[in-house]
Amino acid sequence: MISLRQVTKVFDGGAGAVHSLAGVDLEVGAHEFVAVIGRSGCGKSTLLRLIAGLLAPTEGRITVAGEPVTKPRRDVSFMFQRPALLPWRSVLSNVLLPVEIFGLDRREGRDRARLLLDLVGLGGFEERLPHELSGGMQQRVSLCRSLIQSPEVMLMDEPFSALDAMTRTELSEELQRVQMELPRTVVFVTHSIEEAVVLADRIVVLSPRPGRVHRVVDVTAPRPRALGRADLDQVSRDLRVLLSEVTG
Amino acid sequence: MTVVLPVVGLLAIIGLWWLATIVFGIESFLVPSPVDVVSSFVELPGYLLEQSLVTLWETVLGFLLSIVVGVPLALMIVGSKVLERMFYPLLVALNAVPKVAIAPVFVVWFGFGIESKVLLIVLVCVFPVVISTASGMKSTPHELVELLRSLDATRRQEFFKLRFLYALPQVFVGLKVAISLAVIGAVIAEFIGARAGLGYVISQSGASADTSLAFAAMSLLAVMSIMLFYGLAYIERRALPWAEEHRGMT
Repeated sequence: MISLRQVTKVFDGGAGAVHSLAGVDLEVGAHEFVAVIGRSGCGKSTLLRLIAGLLAPTEGRITVAGEPVTKPRRDVSFMFQRPALLPWRSVLSNVLLPVEIFGLDRREGRDRARLLLDLVGLGGFEERLPHELSGGMQQRVSLCRSLIQSPEVMLMDEPFSALDAMTRTELSEELQRVQMELPRTVVFVTHSIEEAVVLADRIVVLSPRPGRVHRVVDVTAPRPRALGRADLDQVSRDLRVLLSEVTG
Repeated sequence: MTVVLPVVGLLAIIGLWWLATIVFGIESFLVPSPVDVVSSFVELPGYLLEQSLVTLWETVLGFLLSIVVGVPLALMIVGSKVLERMFYPLLVALNAVPKVAIAPVFVVWFGFGIESKVLLIVLVCVFPVVISTASGMKSTPHELVELLRSLDATRRQEFFKLRFLYALPQVFVGLKVAISLAVIGAVIAEFIGARAGLGYVISQSGASADTSLAFAAMSLLAVMSIMLFYGLAYIERRALPWAEEHRGMT
């Protein structure tokens, strides 16, 4: 579904060039959930923005569904670290933003939006404004907005990192459930080993400055997964070792 | 309580003022007592109301015109670095000129009628409108811009669905500054050359030492200014119910 070949990204800053990614190769299959993990500054967010078409690679080739990425695609959704909701729009209307931007049928969109909001437990909150919701609920709205695009690919940039620990766990489990019901191809950037282990089929460990693929770890444990299971603990320990290797 | 306390404060000040005029035996042409001021109202209610409406009309017209001029100007400045470099310093320089100094020139150019008043008000108001709109347009959070980019929104959509709406609370900050300045601008313009308006009443009553009438006119100006300000604040609350809570959030 997604293919990166020898992708390099260099930013020309005022204080000289910053090498963000160097020679990254990555293949993500259809409906595969790939987590990208690494210390801050390893180019994880840049990697996502390259796949999203928000940034252009300095070198290398990126394709989604076999087509080279030149600009953002409608079948690729992006979920941010913060909920990024428009404060004047109701929950429902925020979810409908992509429908409006794409110029799709609003009535049909509204029905789908309600279904998605029900799916994440936000039924009855359609007419609330974002500031009336908790951080976890806001991020759920953001998830619905991603899903309403019916994306083939979902790119998620540390979507739960701004939440408290309990809400994080809750949302990871929720995302896992959504993924089991509506399977998509997902690239999920995180710095949390626990999140990666629960959610991902494969975990890519990036080494920092410039970001390179250090190791890819398969997680074969059956779903639904919950933290604290013995087979997940082993993967977590392996990942901790891998991450300590790349911080040197 | 929110209404009671300010009213009590106001009454206390009026009481003290009244007391002072009696205790110190101040002549009413120097400082009229509250009773003198009220009797000025009662003597000339139609005249004062008429003059108030003249000033109110000038103020509102000038204020609206400064929005019509100021907002597009701000959008142009924000939209183009070249235009910003060309016109922003000019705008600052224009604002630095004392408006009282320009008022007589406006009378020469545009006469004693409403035109010179409205144009002076625009001159006074346009700067806060431009500044607040421009800074509002620049305040769009990066992640929201990125969101619209990730949806491949057109620049038009980015403007109408995001940037402009996001700027509105800031725009209102400027408008609230401008509306108070607009009243001041109207009075200045009427001082310099006019045949009507509360500013004209004040300058005339000064000449005839009718201080009570001047105080009556000043009170009316204060009431007008307060009403305009709170009217605007009311519109803002109704139009942007999200703004206040949201500001607390980010």
